[in-house]
Amino acid sequence: MVAVISKLFGLEHIETAEDIVSETFLKATETWEKQGLPPNPTAWLYVVAKQKTLYHFRRNKILEQKVKPEIRSRQQETVDIEEPNFSQENIKDSQLQMLFAVCNPAIASEAQIGLALRILCGFGIDEIAEAFLSNKETINKRLFRAKEKLRTENIKMELPPEQEIARRLDNVLHIIYLLFSEGYYSQTQNQILRKDLCVEALRLGLTLTTYEKTSRPKTNALIALMCFHASRFDARQTGEESPILYEQQDAGLWDKELIEQGIHFLYLSAQGDEVSSYHLEAQIAYWHCIKEDSKEKWENILSLYNQLLLVNYSPSVALNRTYALYKANGRQEALVQAEKLRLDNNHFYFILLGELYKGMDNVKARLHLQRAYELAKTQTEKQGIQEKIDDLG
Amino acid sequence: MKEFALLFRFPNLDHSKMPPEDYKALARKWQDWAGGIAAQGKMSSNGLRLALEGKVLKPGGVVTDGPFVEIREILGSFIVVKADSMEEATTLAHGCPALDTNGSVEIRPIFVA
Repeated sequence: MVAVISKLFGLEHIETAEDIVSETFLKATETWEKQGLPPNPTAWLYVVAKQKTLYHFRRNKILEQKVKPEIRSRQQETVDIEEPNFSQENIKDSQLQMLFAVCNPAIASEAQIGLALRILCGFGIDEIAEAFLSNKETINKRLFRAKEKLRTENIKMELPPEQEIARRLDNVLHIIYLLFSEGYYSQTQNQILRKDLCVEALRLGLTLTTYEKTSRPKTNALIALMCFHASRFDARQTGEESPILYEQQDAGLWDKELIEQGIHFLYLSAQGDEVSSYHLEAQIAYWHCIKEDSKEKWENILSLYNQLLLVNYSPSVALNRTYALYKANGRQEALVQAEKLRLDNNHFYFILLGELYKGMDNVKARLHLQRAYELAKTQTEKQGIQEKIDDLG
Repeated sequence: MKEFALLFRFPNLDHSKMPPEDYKALARKWQDWAGGIAAQGKMSSNGLRLALEGKVLKPGGVVTDGPFVEIREILGSFIVVKADSMEEATTLAHGCPALDTNGSVEIRPIFVA
């Protein structure tokens, strides 16, 4: 709704649009409590939002005309107020345009995620604060600054010109990727909220596939990646504190349908010759959907990580690659490579070294795990590492 | 950090006569080796893969076809790595599959403009 109304009246009215939408929902709660649910709640909401929008902008127009009648030209006076169009088609278009407006490089990336959650996914400020492990005040400030930016930079709610779409799409995809990761790896204990973040990221990704210019191979690759990861969502959760690690997951709990969907989008992503980091990550995630270890599986994963390092180096990719090297080519080779990484402030690095030395040199393994314990930041992580130390006997 | 080009030279092997599994294994070896450098965050550019065939222009307008029988070794390809010193760059070159087939790796600093 916010997207549709903002589209109609311009992004400078985004706060008004948000107000109208919350007023609409408030009215719904009041009315529905007294009179019960209307036959078609969605339609009801759209009708009320439409009325409120028209009322607001008409009132605004009269006000403006009375306050500054002298500078009003005749032409402007006769401009009719269009009513918002809440058709499925228009909702889809507005959301797509809003997505590009929000994911504007002029806005800090954290704020882009916040805005997307607030405006496109309808999250409350407190939910966003929880997802970011932050407080309402910080989030409010962040969103306020972002909306100011939308105004001052005069960002229009429209798709970028054709020659720019490709470049801007990268940023949109990156924001969706961050949104998904926020849900998947978030430290918040609120499982429903985390799942919502992942579902919304997937939904925004799917919106991009409905438009030819944004439905690129890398868009499909990102969706495939999200499907594969999301398929393990339930298997990862126990409702207790720490996520269940891959090795201990019950593959029976993996969502087969999402895996199928992922394969479908992975297939679509193979068109053209572009290999983005989403392509590589999606393929890695695909191999992880096959629980049985095989030489083929790990050789493929290793090869994909080798390629991923060339397009997108990060310490965590380097660590995962070294683990794949261990599974594909054996402990000895992996140890030599691991010792060269020197990620001395990264507790995952020492967990990996501990894992590699385990059973071969338990004294070294213990030293590395103890170092990991010192570096770990959360209690949950420390607990997991302590269990590994106890395992050594 | 400075940049160094690692240039691979190896005897002119005819890869087309290699059994596919051997060729695949060799490709994997190269990839794993390069991946090891990338994992250390020291890969600056994956360079360009040069095809094995080509032509050589010599003084007097003489053009010869590859494979380059005249020079014992052909220039394979190159990558660009990041290292603090020539010694470190040379260390990175260790384990290069070119060495397994009697080839060599030439380490050359890249000038900073």
